[in-house]
Amino acid sequence: MDRTTLDILLLSLGVFVLLIALTMLGEALRARVPQGRTNPVVEAFMMRVNSWWALVITLALAVLIGPVGVILLFAFASFAALREFLTYARKARADHLSLALACFVILPLQYLFVALDWTGLLTVFIPVYAFLLLPIVSALRGDASDFLGRVAQTQWGLMICIYCLSLVPALLTFDMPDGSDRSILLIVFFIMVVQFGDLFEYYAGRQFGRRRIAPDLSPKTVEGVIAGVLAAAVIGGFLGWITPFGMMGAAAMAALASFTGLLGSLVFAAIKRDRGVKDWSHLIPGHGGFLDQLDSVIFAAPVFYHVTLFVWG
Amino acid sequence: MAARFVGHALALTARFITAVRADWRGIEPVAKQRVYFANHVSNADMPMIWTVLPVHMRRQTRPVAAADYWLKTKLRAFIGPEVFNCVLIDRRPEARSEDPMEKMLQALDEGSSLIIFPEGNRNMTDDPLLPFRAGLYNMGRARPHVDLVPTWVANLNEIMPKGEVIPLPLICTVTFGEPIHVAEGEGKDAFLKRAADALVALAPQEPGGRA
Repeated sequence: MDRTTLDILLLSLGVFVLLIALTMLGEALRARVPQGRTNPVVEAFMMRVNSWWALVITLALAVLIGPVGVILLFAFASFAALREFLTYARKARADHLSLALACFVILPLQYLFVALDWTGLLTVFIPVYAFLLLPIVSALRGDASDFLGRVAQTQWGLMICIYCLSLVPALLTFDMPDGSDRSILLIVFFIMVVQFGDLFEYYAGRQFGRRRIAPDLSPKTVEGVIAGVLAAAVIGGFLGWITPFGMMGAAAMAALASFTGLLGSLVFAAIKRDRGVKDWSHLIPGHGGFLDQLDSVIFAAPVFYHVTLFVWG
Repeated sequence: MAARFVGHALALTARFITAVRADWRGIEPVAKQRVYFANHVSNADMPMIWTVLPVHMRRQTRPVAAADYWLKTKLRAFIGPEVFNCVLIDRRPEARSEDPMEKMLQALDEGSSLIIFPEGNRNMTDDPLLPFRAGLYNMGRARPHVDLVPTWVANLNEIMPKGEVIPLPLICTVTFGEPIHVAEGEGKDAFLKRAADALVALAPQEPGGRA
């Protein structure tokens, strides 16, 4: 077994131990609830933990399969996210073909470019060419009502659900300084620090959060965000050995990723408020939809990708 | 066997494209005899309802569908009667040999549940529902013990509008409301209005919002 596989297994094992601890904690709390009753807070917690199990196992399997597994997993996540976004986006019958093209042509092409390592094309394909092409397809159907609003919402969906998410597996194309195949571990590192940052932000914000960042949008607090970013930095520092950043560099990268991610979820809170949505869907029990789970990953991915390429490349 | 397999494949496709989800708001997902009456905007309505029913309920539920549509080609004749186990009725009074109501009541008496679309045709207007046909009322009168369950299928007019070939992947929700029955001495128009209101009440407030 090579070192990369060994490290993946080791990391999975570490997360499994954590999840076992959380599951046992939940069961212990359940046992304290009197016979024949249920505590909704404990049940909600357990539902989240169970979903975490599913997500962690899926990611671990995809990473063990290798680049193809990771690319397919993120392509599917993009599809699920886009499906949620378009459900609540403004659209007219004239947009049917352009939206179908977005889902069934643009999305697979973008991930194909990632798989082929065509870095030049994958960075301009959606922001430039999909941006120009899809409005043409809509315009040919000749419905001008709210045209700019419609194509803008579609383009937003493409940018966040496909483009930004595809930059996570695009980390695979990063050439490690030592020439090894360990760039796949960068993805594990990135996902772990962003998700742990989210988790700490959530629970710390609930425990001792006071000052809200955007009171009309989201319950996020300054204290929660600081705690989340610090926790991400500490965890990133400890995980430094799987990255080419070194310990301090890894802590800084983790803090950066977590911070952009948390700001990203604020943007998503605003979008949800605008569209009158509470959860994007019910596909991940206890978490909402794919977009609810991935909002911070989506915003952090381009920043992490470009800083990795230009500072450490 | 082949029908069972194709059925699972269709349900899986529907789930992949629309992540279709059931909202059991007014009833429990148990195998009780019911008539699900639903809004009709697309040919994909019936497969959506069929998909969200748990398998044990699916097997005893028969969609009521138009014979002229489902017998047109060999493929349809396999999918409609075999896969979905449709109760086929003829919409053209001059051509039919059997009374549609007789066929539906017979299916009910055999213990099946039914899926019906009381608007009779696909709704192409901006109104939420077309006026209901009398069938639902007659059925409710003839078999008063059967629960009539309003069933709203959301978003399908955007997933597959008439004339489009490729379905859009959008999330579809099927909402089951509280069952209604024809009340003692209730007239046809009063009942049909009550049924339509119960169905429209299940529609989401702002269904994505077409521009």
